[in-house]
Amino acid sequence: MMETRKPLLLSLIDTRGGIFLGLIAAATILVPVLALMVPANSAFALPPYLVALFGKYVCYALLAIALDLVWGYCGILSLGHGAFFALGGYAMGMYLMRQIGTRGVYAHPELPDFMVFLNMKELPITWWGFQSFPYAMLMVLLIPGLLAFVFGFLAFRSRVTGVYLSIITQAMTYALLLAFFRNDMGFGGNNGLTDFKDILGFNVQAKETRVALFMASSIALGTGYLIARAVTQSKFGKVVIAIRDAESRTRFLGYRVETYKLAVFVLSAMMAGVAGALYVPQVGIINPGEFAPANSIEAVIWVAVGGRGTLVGAALGAIIVNWGKTFFTGALPEYWLFALGALFVIVTLFLPKGVIGVLDQFKARRQAAKQSGAAATAAE
Amino acid sequence: MNQLPRPRAPLARALPLPANGAKSLVEMLSFAAAAFVLLLLALFVAPQARAQGESSIIIGLTSDKFPETERALNELPASDLSTAPQIVEALAANRLYFNGPARKLYFADEAGKMFDAATGEAADVMASALKKVRLNNAVRRSLDAARGALTLMSPDPAKRKAAADSVFKSRDASALPLVEAALEKETVSANKKILEEARAAIIASDSGASEVRRLEAVEVLKNRGDQEALGVLSTIVSWSEGHVKTAAESAISSIQGRLALWRNVQNIWYGLSLGSVLLLAAIGLAITFGVMGIINMAHGEMVMLGAYTTFAVQEWARTSHPSLLNYSLFIAIPLAFIVTAAVGIVIERVVIRFLYGRPLETLLATFGISLILQQAVRTIFGANNREVSAPDFMAGSFDFGALQIGYGRMWIIVFAIAVFFALQFVLRATSFGLRMRAVTQNRRMASSMGIDTNRIDAMAFGLGSGIAGMAGVALSQIDNVSPNLGQSYIIDSFMVVVFGGVGNLWGTLLGALTLGVANKFLEPIAGAVLGKILLLVFIILFIQKRPRGLFALKGRAVEA
Repeated sequence: MMETRKPLLLSLIDTRGGIFLGLIAAATILVPVLALMVPANSAFALPPYLVALFGKYVCYALLAIALDLVWGYCGILSLGHGAFFALGGYAMGMYLMRQIGTRGVYAHPELPDFMVFLNMKELPITWWGFQSFPYAMLMVLLIPGLLAFVFGFLAFRSRVTGVYLSIITQAMTYALLLAFFRNDMGFGGNNGLTDFKDILGFNVQAKETRVALFMASSIALGTGYLIARAVTQSKFGKVVIAIRDAESRTRFLGYRVETYKLAVFVLSAMMAGVAGALYVPQVGIINPGEFAPANSIEAVIWVAVGGRGTLVGAALGAIIVNWGKTFFTGALPEYWLFALGALFVIVTLFLPKGVIGVLDQFKARRQAAKQSGAAATAAE
Repeated sequence: MNQLPRPRAPLARALPLPANGAKSLVEMLSFAAAAFVLLLLALFVAPQARAQGESSIIIGLTSDKFPETERALNELPASDLSTAPQIVEALAANRLYFNGPARKLYFADEAGKMFDAATGEAADVMASALKKVRLNNAVRRSLDAARGALTLMSPDPAKRKAAADSVFKSRDASALPLVEAALEKETVSANKKILEEARAAIIASDSGASEVRRLEAVEVLKNRGDQEALGVLSTIVSWSEGHVKTAAESAISSIQGRLALWRNVQNIWYGLSLGSVLLLAAIGLAITFGVMGIINMAHGEMVMLGAYTTFAVQEWARTSHPSLLNYSLFIAIPLAFIVTAAVGIVIERVVIRFLYGRPLETLLATFGISLILQQAVRTIFGANNREVSAPDFMAGSFDFGALQIGYGRMWIIVFAIAVFFALQFVLRATSFGLRMRAVTQNRRMASSMGIDTNRIDAMAFGLGSGIAGMAGVALSQIDNVSPNLGQSYIIDSFMVVVFGGVGNLWGTLLGALTLGVANKFLEPIAGAVLGKILLLVFIILFIQKRPRGLFALKGRAVEA
């Protein structure tokens, strides 16, 4: 066995991943420079709202990678990933609410404004500990992970697959939507959580904090990509892909299909939770609307546009679609739903492998042409 | 003596008066009729009232002493004073005036015009020169009793009913003779029943009445069996003793049992109503899913298109054929079917047929179509809710036991069941249905047998969409017609299909009705939203046990 082995990390990075990570790194460095160091009147200066917007895109890209991990590699079409995203967001929102302290309208030292308004006397047990950042971050991972574990355990064990699984994931996020709309759940009802003041002692509105949050999101995206890549490239990942392509056959080969699915599902839910947690301080609000089934389906289309089962494509798709959304809702608000609807149809009909698939095809064709050209010259 | 004189309609018709004049004439005549009844009553029931006569009442009301006013009011209903109703109404509205020294009583009408209370003729006096008849609590009680008693004799059956109801509520012992008198003359059987119950309430609450009569009265109250009877009986229990108390107690428990039963009946009825709506929305989905194995996310938008078709038909009828307005639903039903079936077939031919065998992709593509349809409707009709009015035969309600049944809900249930059986007929008794079932059970085998599966797919999709359109017609009657109409039903429809299982319409029927009824039974316990959440959780857990629904396809079709 004299085969030279690359270091683990490098073995994960192919050309495409290299370009992707390079772009992320460039953004992580360029955005702070342009936003903070370039004078505000310069043409290159990045206004704070754009920093927050880019940060939002990056969070969506992380959600898309999480979704691609289950859909693209394991064949589980989850129409409820928005729920994990929103739960992560709520955990972060609860930490931010507790940081407001006496600066709320009612200046209550412990209870957030909406609880005072609802005549609650003491902090509900669900809110305990959220004044601590490490605890809140643990919950960002644990709550979506736990929900995914319970839900996935029940669903995969009884072999609910395909469209049925998609529908019950949709029912799950719908049930959470209804639940979070209720005031007596103690999560702010339909207003959700907002009016955040600061995070780790820094003002969330400040330019510097926004830049820092963007950098944190970029780093999370890069890390998320590497984790997903490591999972899919490992032996474990090969089994997962086998499950996607032939579930029964994999089971008959002796693999515990449920365990593999469950592990991927829980990992993906945690990644979605992190994306949600980074998203909330940048947009400044989390409300039950994030649980809407349509949001989860929209996330699926990001993955489909970019190309499922490619990770990089998923992130790319999220950024393309959301950039389109920003553009359309600004310029032609009437036509955004037409465009999004058409995108769903066109991608499923004509681009089953997404943008990345088209690029690959293009490349393959050029290579083939080059090879046949080379063969022709050799034959002469 | 047993018929109320009713001269109003013929006389009013005979006299060529302008509308207002005719109305006031009718009012005057009805007062006269009431007075006539009172006269007879005075002659027959309360002979002693004759002696008191009108002057005693006028004297009482003009003496400016509360006990005198009270006495006069107590005598008033049984007196032969023709203006008695106006007097009590005026007093209640604080418009009754008197001239003490002259012993003259006047009442003002709503416009402030003065009348002499003794004769009912217009009087030329100024209100400012007169004193008002004053009220205190005791007088007010007598006034209420007098008003109740006078309206018990009103020629208008609805007024008599209201008066009898108020006597039942007040249980005023002094009203007993009047109730009995009114009972004797009452011709409307429903009113008669209320009067009997009012009498029973008075007697049962009267500690002086004989035990036998009180027991009888408790029995009548028990048969009334509603919340109010329960209230009367529980006060009786609180102070009575002996047989009456035990009888009242047993009556209470029997009424409570009955009320609980009716509550359940009501929950079932509301549940069936909700279930029939779910059935209409889900049944088309069950067909497309059952036959083609795809989930049509644009199904809700088909429902919405059906509702907008109804709106468009109604607008057309309103502007160009007002005579058809009341029947526009009958035009809308087939038209909605045709419109949505056509849209469905176009969708199938243009998009879905390229995606067979890839159910998840179909789900995404149809979701895209649903966004396009929503936005298209929003662009054409605007984002606001559109009003679809109910035709006459769907308005109103009737009583069934303690249950109020609205015609609108009832017809929707009937419609849902009719659609269900029509569909069963199509599937079971037509050659198209036979082919469709064959494709559902085994597509490749059906194809080998010469069935054009592409054509069947298109038609099945059209059929499913068309039924969704008809569901839209029904939903336009009970829900807001807005571009988002479909979205609010799509998840529920999915739940019904998943719960009921595909490939069997009975599963859809049972699923829809079960979920509807379960929802309505959970609502009072857990609240509307929590009830719905519980149901969703239940279905998610149910899928664990039976991953393919209540009525699963069995055999080779399952994994195909």
